[in-house]
Amino acid sequence: MKTPLLADGSAATFWLPEAASTFAADHDYLYYLIFWISTFFFIVMMGAMAYFMVKYRRRKQGETTSDIHGNTKLEIAWSVLPSLILVVFFVLGFRGFIDTLTPPANTLNINVTAQQWAWSFTYPNGGNDSILVVPVGKPVKLTMSSVDVLHSFFVPAFRAKRDVVPGRYTVLWFQSDKLGEYDVLCTEYCGTSHSRMMSKVKVVSQEEYDAHLKGLTGCQDGQSLAECGGVAFKRNGCNSCHSVDGSKLVGPSLKGVYGTEQPIVGGPAVIADEQYIRESVMNPMAKIVAGYPAAMPAYAGRINEEQMGALVEYIRSIK
Amino acid sequence: MSATTIDHSPSHAAGEHGHHDNYLVAKKGINSWIWTVDHKRLGIMYLAAVILFFIVGGLAAVAVRTELMNPGKDIMDADAYNRMFTLHGAVMVFLVIIPSIPASLGNFVLPLMLGAKDVAFPKLNLASFWVYVLGAAFFIATLVMGGVDTGWTFYTPYSIKTGSSATTALLGAFILGFSSIFTGINFLVTIHKMRAPGLTWDRLPLFVWAIYATALMQVLATPVLAITLGLLVLERTIHIGIFDPVYGGDPVLFQHFFWFYSHPAVYIMIVPGFGMISELITVHSRKGIFGYKPIAISSVAIAFIGFLVWGHHLFVSSQSALAGSIFSFLTFAVAVPTAIKVFSWIATLYKGSIEYNTPMVYALSFLFCFSIGGLTGLFLGTLSVDVHLTDTYFVIAHFHYVMMGGTVIAFIGGVHHWWHKFTGKNYNEKIGIIAAIIVFVGFNVTFFTQFIFGSQGMPRRYWSYLEQYHTGHMISSYGSYILAVGLFLALFNLLASLRNKGVAPERWRGVSLEWETATPPIEHNFESIPVVTAGPYDFPEVRAARNGNGH
Repeated sequence: MKTPLLADGSAATFWLPEAASTFAADHDYLYYLIFWISTFFFIVMMGAMAYFMVKYRRRKQGETTSDIHGNTKLEIAWSVLPSLILVVFFVLGFRGFIDTLTPPANTLNINVTAQQWAWSFTYPNGGNDSILVVPVGKPVKLTMSSVDVLHSFFVPAFRAKRDVVPGRYTVLWFQSDKLGEYDVLCTEYCGTSHSRMMSKVKVVSQEEYDAHLKGLTGCQDGQSLAECGGVAFKRNGCNSCHSVDGSKLVGPSLKGVYGTEQPIVGGPAVIADEQYIRESVMNPMAKIVAGYPAAMPAYAGRINEEQMGALVEYIRSIK
Repeated sequence: MSATTIDHSPSHAAGEHGHHDNYLVAKKGINSWIWTVDHKRLGIMYLAAVILFFIVGGLAAVAVRTELMNPGKDIMDADAYNRMFTLHGAVMVFLVIIPSIPASLGNFVLPLMLGAKDVAFPKLNLASFWVYVLGAAFFIATLVMGGVDTGWTFYTPYSIKTGSSATTALLGAFILGFSSIFTGINFLVTIHKMRAPGLTWDRLPLFVWAIYATALMQVLATPVLAITLGLLVLERTIHIGIFDPVYGGDPVLFQHFFWFYSHPAVYIMIVPGFGMISELITVHSRKGIFGYKPIAISSVAIAFIGFLVWGHHLFVSSQSALAGSIFSFLTFAVAVPTAIKVFSWIATLYKGSIEYNTPMVYALSFLFCFSIGGLTGLFLGTLSVDVHLTDTYFVIAHFHYVMMGGTVIAFIGGVHHWWHKFTGKNYNEKIGIIAAIIVFVGFNVTFFTQFIFGSQGMPRRYWSYLEQYHTGHMISSYGSYILAVGLFLALFNLLASLRNKGVAPERWRGVSLEWETATPPIEHNFESIPVVTAGPYDFPEVRAARNGNGH
């Protein structure tokens, strides 16, 4: 279904953002259908009101009005007509909704892990990334879980949204036929940095997707260990809470942290050596740096030793 | 309402001068207010408290809008912002809108409209007020302890994990629930048992019908909130494992429990507004209501169906597709009686004699804003469209058009409408109208823009945002300043009238029973029990038409 209200069916309009999924055209058609029918009724109602406001404005105190109690025909009409229109909205909305909940059989499956305050995407080959890269023209099914509180995965350009709930999987699927880069937003309030819990979804060619997938596991040839750690730092969403330039985010900045003494809540200060850095990643609740919330999720079991080693090297390199 | 009076009041015979002091001066001293069981004084005390908390919640809203003027930090960091929007929401819902029309205007006017001397249980009424104050004290304690950052919805498991003083706030909301239940029971019994002779159900002012429907919901729904918040407090303190997945609980169950109360609560908030508008439109256009029965019955129908639509808050929550579809269908079912009301109000203006005074300007603002609020609800009731719009600013705009453009504007209109009855003073009409227009403009500038950038995908409860939403946020923030100016002007205008000397002449010439009493009313409302012989909107102008000399 294409609508004349959208210039080419995918560019942003006054009301809606750019459309880049197969659902979007149906969604936008229905949105504008409701919009124009509502606008029509609003103009009729406000028009009647404005007309009465002028025509029946008080000219003289005590002027005779009218003894009207109702009008059965009119009342039946304005009960039945809206009801019929609403049934149409319901049916169209229901059909679109079922489409968004029914993935086809041949989907590409990607797991999504949400945590305060980062997204992590796990690909079929076991690789992790903090952005979502998908091949164009292929249905993608996201199986989503949360390690802490409620989150919600939202891509405005796809008209797709689904809550991510701790303790269960939720599923969201989409297909994008349009190359490009789109915003991923968290739309269920999740605490301090809720508004910074953003990512990107990149729709790329199949070749680019395959190449990207290869690059996700382990360090690359010609890459220094620190560079490799820097990539892992971003892919695991570390940068959403830890800056590398000294500015204070949710957690301490990691600039120059290696080798320095860290004040610990309820215990003696420790030197930030390799052992301490590893523990802070794998089991962050063991030692909380004074002045910061105990907010970091544990990464034990989520990153391998190769990545851990690269991360330590990267943190050592931030001076 | 035509009313004759039966002169068999013993106090009337005993009165030395055949006249009684008005309720404001009948008893003196601070204790006479603290321990008063007079529904009128309690109404005034509620009114003062509601206005006070409206200022608190409103200033929080201005702080929120100021922070959102630009992406990134303007005046506060993310944690302070999260506490600020929670403060705004919780105060506005629990301390302002829920008690606004029923507990302040309703308390004052309902017994008068019924021709009663007081509510059925005056001491329960007093208890209700002080329980409200106690609940409010817990909210204030929360503030002093650093605030709470969960949002007014307290969604689990964040509300279990957060270190902010959520337990205190939850106990506050728990206590406020009892206040609401007390008021509800009181009004139900009063309406059933204390109507004046001749005041049959089909002669009740529609305000009374609305309060009746609201009271039903308050009594039936609020206990569920109390249980839910109680369970959440237990989850936070002793980990009973009902909502927290770590202990085998289900966080989505909380959403079901919460909205099982809070959706009816939406109607607890808006239905009194419906009643208020029925009064304003009729009195100020000198017309009988168009479709008395449909309006009266639709209030009760909305109250009933309102209990069956809570799941429309959970379309993307992982609720089953079947449940979502049923809730969507029922949501459209509740839209129909609501639409009928709006059509009827507009039709009431037909062949009326419309006076442009302050209450009427608010009533017309209501029709405009509430229509937008209602129509945008259709987008959100439609399943596939809601998937895109839920938890964006579209929702924020929608419920502000209903709660603020609807209830709050009806409430302010009602305060102006009955101000003279409350105080015996007339406020400055010109300033009142100017303030009403500033409120209307400010409101629409603030919230209409939110429909646009909400549809574009701007999520709610964001301290910072992407650059593409910047212009919209800026316009919205400036709008909130206009709105604030209008509201303060309206308040100063009302307060300024209190300095006038003596009792000003009455101007509205309503015919329901609250207009039959002295102004301000005497302590026991009526010198003698009124007997009702006609409907609530049987104005002389209407009778003249019936008698054959109409337009």
